Amino acid sequence: MRKGIRERSRVKSREFARVAEQKEIAPGIYRLWLETEKIAGEAKPGQFLSLYSKDDSRMLPRPISICETDREKGRLAVVYRVAGQGTREFSRLQAGDTLEILGPLGNGFPIKKKKAFLIGGGIGIPPMVELAKELHGKAEVQIIAGYRDALFLTEELEKRGTLYIATEDGSAGTKGTVMDAIREHSLTAELIYACGPRPMLKAVQTYAKEHGVECYLSMEERMACGIGACLACVCQSTEVDGHTHVKNKRVCKDGPVFLSTEVEL
Amino acid sequence: MSNTKVTLAGVELKNPVMTASGTFGSGAEYGEFYDLGELGAVVTKGVANVPWPGNPTPRIAETRGGMLNAIGLQNPGIDVFLKRDLPFLKQYDTKVIVNVCGKTTEDYCQVVERLSGEAVDLLEINVSCPNVKEGGIAFGQDPRALEAITREVKRYARQPVIMKLSPNVTDITEMARAAEAGGADVLSLINTITGMKIDIHRRTFAIANRTGGMSGPAVKPVAVRMVWETAQAVKLPIIGMGGICTGEDAVEFLLAGATAVSVGTANFANPYAARDVAEGIRKYMEQYQVENVQELIGGVRKAIEFER
Repeated sequence: MRKGIRERSRVKSREFARVAEQKEIAPGIYRLWLETEKIAGEAKPGQFLSLYSKDDSRMLPRPISICETDREKGRLAVVYRVAGQGTREFSRLQAGDTLEILGPLGNGFPIKKKKAFLIGGGIGIPPMVELAKELHGKAEVQIIAGYRDALFLTEELEKRGTLYIATEDGSAGTKGTVMDAIREHSLTAELIYACGPRPMLKAVQTYAKEHGVECYLSMEERMACGIGACLACVCQSTEVDGHTHVKNKRVCKDGPVFLSTEVEL
Repeated sequence: MSNTKVTLAGVELKNPVMTASGTFGSGAEYGEFYDLGELGAVVTKGVANVPWPGNPTPRIAETRGGMLNAIGLQNPGIDVFLKRDLPFLKQYDTKVIVNVCGKTTEDYCQVVERLSGEAVDLLEINVSCPNVKEGGIAFGQDPRALEAITREVKRYARQPVIMKLSPNVTDITEMARAAEAGGADVLSLINTITGMKIDIHRRTFAIANRTGGMSGPAVKPVAVRMVWETAQAVKLPIIGMGGICTGEDAVEFLLAGATAVSVGTANFANPYAARDVAEGIRKYMEQYQVENVQELIGGVRKAIEFER
């Protein structure tokens, strides 16, 4: 019984999604297509899902970013690296299995019609697929993807923009980092979107500051609730945050995407 | 229709289920999933006199059947709580229990005094957080310090006072008696058990604070035991918690002597967990034809006496 309270918009849903397809697209990296009732229709680029283990001994959901959505078919894909027992369990799911998910979570990337860099590093590359899809035809899309060695999602990215690759071992594209690739090709942009490991985000943040470019970084931190209640996944903010009233922002709720000038790395 | 009402220090709850402090914020995030009026009470995250930034990250780590946390009582402070969070909670037909934290006795009393004129049903005093350097557990591991702070808080409190006990003690009953002697109205237990996890790949501590508070189903047997021991030792009503995920788990605590129960870590595994636990208790009562939940409270004791 609620005392005359406003009905909140419930964009987040918990669903028992059906696995449509799963494939190992690079060693230890899997793409899982899920059929959802609502989530695929609601999700925006840069948002993520909480994936729940079927094993009761693993209490916490695994936050995984959405790689791609297919609204017509009501499907979405997540691409993840097997990093422990939880993701190992997910990697064994087959078509027809069900998976408990919560989403879409977080804010996602703002869509702006500007000449853009979409910078992804490692397992930070997947969200760039849906972002590139969204920006394709609206803005000049330059995707810079940094891999350790094995490439993945290159076809999906090439369809939606100009793809520049960097590999640590030099096996493809520029040998080195995404920043090395930007320099090698003398690329410029009016807007930057980035997702990847912290050292990469830091380099992107510095680049954006030096060049005076508007820049959005997708942050990562270990999470428990995934919805903004537990305050586990905070990142440091440059100013006192409006919700927490300290120099902290919740990655799961206020992020994961932040303006590069509002967070400390 | 079975009666699920319970009373804590004169405050009637529609059912015995509440949320464990720190796992539920001030309810806003979970209010997007279900009507908080389905709960007996909402217990807020710890509120201090001023905003606290909390600990460095990583703040949590999963463990088998549970987790470790060292959030460090990050909170926006009493001013924001009164302006933003309390009005939100008052929209719901549920009782509001404010968890109070501080570094010094004065800090606690200041918050308690600020809450004295507010529409808050009970206060829960956090003298058991293992993750802060000052305050918290420092008061909860020494019976004399616990009795003293209880007495001091009671001088300022206009609402009944719950003292939340730490399991990180040799004898929980000694602490329970100290709180009772200091004038506590209700006891809640257990807070988290201090633990540690080491990341063997990086050869570092899994959480930045090195140690963290362990919670989740893995700690439940410890919690049930401590609730039972405490119920034998004091006359105060007890709010039992520690790893409750289902109605069955909750009934175990009621039988051990708890008047009410809190759902904590389970909220992370299932955002509907607290509501599901309340529903699970009703199902248990139907199944065993229990007309009044009161029949369950401390029920295990009566059974042992009957066998004799």
